Amino acid sequence: MPLIENGRIGEDAWSFIPDGEPVPNDRPVIISFERWQAERDSFEGRNARLGVRLKSGTLAGAIAADLDRFSLVAVEFPKFRDGRGFSTARELRERYGYTGEIRAVGHVIPDQYLYLVRTGFSSVEAPEGTNPESWANALTEVTIAFQPSLDDTAPLSLLRRKLKVG
Amino acid sequence: MNHIAPGARAGIYHYDEIDRQFVAERVEQFRKQVDRRLSGELTEEEFKPIRLMNGLYLQLHAYMLRIAVPYGVMSATQLRKLSAIGRKYDRGYGHFTTRQNLQYNWIKLEDTPAILHELAEVDMHALQTSGNCVRNVTTDPFVGAARDEVVDGRVYAEILRQWTTMHPEFTYLPRKFKIAISGAESDRAAVRIHDVGLLARRNDKGEPGFSFYVGGGLGRSPFVGKLVREWVAQEDFVAYLEAILRVYNQYGRRDNIYKARIKILVHELGLEKFTQEVEEEFARLRGPKYRLDPEIVDGIRQHFAPPPFEELPDHSEALERARASNPAFANWLAVNVAEHKAPGYAIATISLKPAGGIPGDATCDQMDLVADLAERYSFGELRVTHVQNLVLAHVKKDELYDLWKQLDAAGLGSANAGLIGDIIACPGLDYCALANARSIPLAQAISARFADPVRQRTIGELGIKISGCINACGHHHVGAIGILGVDKKGTEYYQITVGGDPTLTTAIGDILGPAVTETEAVDAIEAIVDVYLANRSDESERFIDTLARVGHAPFKERIYAAD
Repeated sequence: MPLIENGRIGEDAWSFIPDGEPVPNDRPVIISFERWQAERDSFEGRNARLGVRLKSGTLAGAIAADLDRFSLVAVEFPKFRDGRGFSTARELRERYGYTGEIRAVGHVIPDQYLYLVRTGFSSVEAPEGTNPESWANALTEVTIAFQPSLDDTAPLSLLRRKLKVG
Repeated sequence: MNHIAPGARAGIYHYDEIDRQFVAERVEQFRKQVDRRLSGELTEEEFKPIRLMNGLYLQLHAYMLRIAVPYGVMSATQLRKLSAIGRKYDRGYGHFTTRQNLQYNWIKLEDTPAILHELAEVDMHALQTSGNCVRNVTTDPFVGAARDEVVDGRVYAEILRQWTTMHPEFTYLPRKFKIAISGAESDRAAVRIHDVGLLARRNDKGEPGFSFYVGGGLGRSPFVGKLVREWVAQEDFVAYLEAILRVYNQYGRRDNIYKARIKILVHELGLEKFTQEVEEEFARLRGPKYRLDPEIVDGIRQHFAPPPFEELPDHSEALERARASNPAFANWLAVNVAEHKAPGYAIATISLKPAGGIPGDATCDQMDLVADLAERYSFGELRVTHVQNLVLAHVKKDELYDLWKQLDAAGLGSANAGLIGDIIACPGLDYCALANARSIPLAQAISARFADPVRQRTIGELGIKISGCINACGHHHVGAIGILGVDKKGTEYYQITVGGDPTLTTAIGDILGPAVTETEAVDAIEAIVDVYLANRSDESERFIDTLARVGHAPFKERIYAAD
């Protein structure tokens, strides 16, 4: 599936390994949070990068203690209307200081891309056949923001300002 | 950042270039979203929340477009534009809502981009008037004018308007989210029936702060908002709200639309656990990033500087002469006019509830007249109330009689603010796809039955609120008399509740007995009133006080005796 990064389709170095299938040791892979919980010892000593995929009901606190083990956290949107992931990403960044990649997976639409970036996501797994133009446009069509967010550390004393993205 | 309006006007937030650019960008964004829907790039399921967040609903017979009137305050110029749009794109009228907004009920989808463009010309839009986001923040319609005001709620409502606009984290909440703020001793904003209700107060140093009530709401599971924190300092105002919304966004139910409001979360978690979660978030969020800078507050407060009041004696001879000479005016004065903080001025409520009329409807001609009157008598500014009336907040007492004569001539002089004729009704089955029963014809029949202004005044304070279904848009739960439309095998029936109260002593009404038909409902209301009048200890005992004292029995007996 196309990976959207910085408003463009990018190369995806990662692959998701479904539960039960063997985990390759020589390339970056994403495993489920459930597998991590059940098999965490088996990843001791692994050199290749590891990512973890959280279901929308798994909040940031659940993975907080293990964040140093992961170069990527994938946050699932079962339906685009389920906005829990926005808070999950923000908590990962602001509360737990996570600096690795945060990726939105599942059902996400370009109209949410700006919100994703502003809450701390780095990349989005878009559906096959998606219109790349809509993703690029999503970062530039609205240039004003009224609240602080992850893309901008200025204090709230500027309630209203132009976004730097795009 | 501000360009303040000329001195003769005051009271509204004036857009600057950045605000205008934002609205222009959003209008253009929506136009593209419509194109992407039409090309099939967006599915209907994906387009629906986008359409709703732009104020566009699909009703029973047509599209409805709901225009945001931030905290119910607007200029005469803006009202004139709303009138012009109603004339051009609707059927010559508009409908004022319980969220202090205005909606058009007969809009064509293809006209919406043009309407949004016209609205933008007067710094208005339809953003976030629907959808699972933070909705238009409401406040006291007497804000900035009431004699009992402690804190000017407009300042903080405007801060919230900005902060909630396209909030990146809280635009796909479990369900809609409504905030009300009141800064006066009397609650005229029904704060405890909101997802978050804020009481702005001052500490003994005179500094503003806020009591936070959370989890109020009506609908099929009515709850009164619970006090989560007694005092939140001004600098923490945004941080505390951010903490509440983050807890809600993470833990609010998404499996069942009827259990998705924050009231259910507060109920299911329990107040103690909910408060603990919020406090933990808040403790962490506190800090420079979320601190509300006093300079920002002052900057916004400047927009709401008092208009240039003349120095007047509080007593007006002209007013007293008119009162003595015209009983109808005297009655209107007693019922629809409230005390102003500036001597010699008064607050006038313009009732949109004529006997037999549709609550909250105003024709475009009436809107134009009110815009003219606002300019002539009230510094070019007016308010929409959550009980679906309009308010001119700064009228010289000397000029009240002139104002009333012009209102009365246009059918806007009903003297019934807060009385039995001042009915809240949802659009009901005449418009709404969710309704089980019609609300408007019943409201019309009741107000016609009690048309006599003297009789209304004799009955005194008594709010009737009508909802056409359990979603309770007509606030029936908090009506002194509440009426809920239900469908029984294809026939409309009405269930009557009594004892509801939307003020700080918030109470949910109790069901009086079995549902009745539309004609029986009007008779039943009259019977309830008769029993009240026969039982009240004296004229100062309000309906809800008599009810609390004598109980349901005498009312039930009268209505259901024949069964």
